[in-house]
Amino acid sequence: MQRIVVERSGGVPVTKRAHVGAVASGNLEVLCEPPAEARATIVVSTSVDGFEPVWRATLERFLERYPIAAAIEINDFGATPAMVSLRLEQALELAR
Amino acid sequence: MVEMLALEGRWNSRAADKAGRLASIAFARNGKILDAGHIVEVLERLIRPGDRVCVEGDNQKQADFLSRSLAAVDPERVHDVHLVLSVLGRPEHIDLFERGIARKVDFSFSGPQSLRLAQLVEDGRVEIGAIHTYLELFGRYFVDLTPNVALVAADSADAAGNLYTGANTEETPTVVEATAFRNGIVIAQVNEITGVLPRVDIPGSWVDAVVVADRPYAIEPLFTRDPAEIDDVAILMAMLAIRGVYEPHRVRRLNHGIGFDTAAIELILPTFGESLGLRGEICTHWALNPHPTLIPAIESGWVESIHCFGGELGMERYIAARSDVFFTGPDGSLRSNRALAQTAGLYATDLFIGSTLQLDRDANSSTATRGRIAGFGGAPNMGSDPHGRRHASAAWLALARGEDGIARGRKIVVQLVETFRASGVPTFVERLDAADMVGKAGFAIAPVMIYGDDVTHVVTEEGVAYLYRAANVDDRRAALAAIAGVTPVGMERRQERTTALRAAGVVAFPEDLGVRRGDARRSLLAATSMADLVRWSDGLYDPPARFRSW
Repeated sequence: MQRIVVERSGGVPVTKRAHVGAVASGNLEVLCEPPAEARATIVVSTSVDGFEPVWRATLERFLERYPIAAAIEINDFGATPAMVSLRLEQALELAR
Repeated sequence: MVEMLALEGRWNSRAADKAGRLASIAFARNGKILDAGHIVEVLERLIRPGDRVCVEGDNQKQADFLSRSLAAVDPERVHDVHLVLSVLGRPEHIDLFERGIARKVDFSFSGPQSLRLAQLVEDGRVEIGAIHTYLELFGRYFVDLTPNVALVAADSADAAGNLYTGANTEETPTVVEATAFRNGIVIAQVNEITGVLPRVDIPGSWVDAVVVADRPYAIEPLFTRDPAEIDDVAILMAMLAIRGVYEPHRVRRLNHGIGFDTAAIELILPTFGESLGLRGEICTHWALNPHPTLIPAIESGWVESIHCFGGELGMERYIAARSDVFFTGPDGSLRSNRALAQTAGLYATDLFIGSTLQLDRDANSSTATRGRIAGFGGAPNMGSDPHGRRHASAAWLALARGEDGIARGRKIVVQLVETFRASGVPTFVERLDAADMVGKAGFAIAPVMIYGDDVTHVVTEEGVAYLYRAANVDDRRAALAAIAGVTPVGMERRQERTTALRAAGVVAFPEDLGVRRGDARRSLLAATSMADLVRWSDGLYDPPARFRSW
């Protein structure tokens, strides 16, 4: 089990709560909430250790593409970076 | 007269040799029928050290009674055999080398035995001639790799040795023709001997003996993919392939490699494709195995014809009931000659799309990874631009190059890959593992599946790279990096360069193609389960037990 946190200040806050995905092998769940302050905080709990650089690159690219402010929690069970990005985008679509 | 005989000896030695070998197995032969109980002794008498032997191992059908029998011969009597076959896929194929019966192999694909084959290479117990594409190997059967003995499989035979191959024609006609017409010996294992065959697929005069196997030949449902396992990422990539490649190039004639990604394309034709008004405009003519996931598109009127490389377990009744679409005999069952389907895939389709395990920054693609030698099957054949092609089509001309009135088109070759495979393994790598195999086990060249210069498009979850539009090598690499995600290749991408390539149409992101990522949902699949496929088929598709939850 590994915990990874990525933060970035500023950004447009999301307005709603969203929950997408599922806790299952090769999948993940994403919980997205309006932030307490104007920053994006993504907290990842992953069952697979050893991929921190890939996680950071994936999350930073997401925040570059979508400069939002939100509190995002990810519970991962071995999803690929493609699935991580897609679930984040799906959550964002519901939360904006 | 004496002169004549001497001449015959000089020019007909192969026929004389064949007659001698057949005479040696007369004890076990009654007409064309061989006694199965003597099969090991028969093979020991028929096969000489150093012979080229084809044990029919196809992509699907396996002459496993004969391969198991061959693996049981005495290595003192039969050794140094040069095995030639499409698929080195049975455990006993590997046993042949471990027991010292076979020494060298020329083949196309090793699928389930890829790990053991790599180990044999490591131990120096096998010499690999080459890993071929199917058509290339078939071609060599008629030039310098003609078998001395062919051990093949069919559904049934009659007393005259005529063979019925059922839906699984595959390699049998090709192997038998090469062997029989050069005075080699053809032995066929059959599931049964019957009075009247449904149809004759191989004439009895080409077959020296038939033997009833201890159990029906082995076959795997290799082309069945359960829609329940298709995830949203595969659906996103399928949408990008349709909007980014099929629709703009008007791709009507095509081949799909096997995988969940291509299955996703097949399953969103009746939904996403229909909403774009593309029925009749794309995907009408196929060189394709009978993919169950294509049933909804067939039933929705998308498909005019499908020529198959082999059969697929469970699809028999459905195919027989759809003879307007499939190539079937008067008996209703499929005829699936791989050599002809591969020829169709090479010359008569405009697009190949498939996946791979590794792509380098020049889009060279390989399925050979460290510790695994898997081979390629038909992909290098379908996934290459045939320079001998001389007929035009809209899709082929969409990629035209050349000038001064001498323009010609180009085959669309698409690699469809997620940037990372499961377990965090990147698909895009700086150097193919295959590149490190040169020099080992007699590999004169790296086992590259599709060379980068044949790849025209790469589709990932990030977007589409139109490599054929790149002005130079630098642009090509930058286009690939732009869609390679956070892999080592993708980390090279630069914002301004990507923006310029998008403006030039060399790279397209989902938003450039009108694809909303949020729409990539399983609800877009025309069938989400095996039961759905059975319903679409009106109950004619009968999935193998392992695919049934009911």
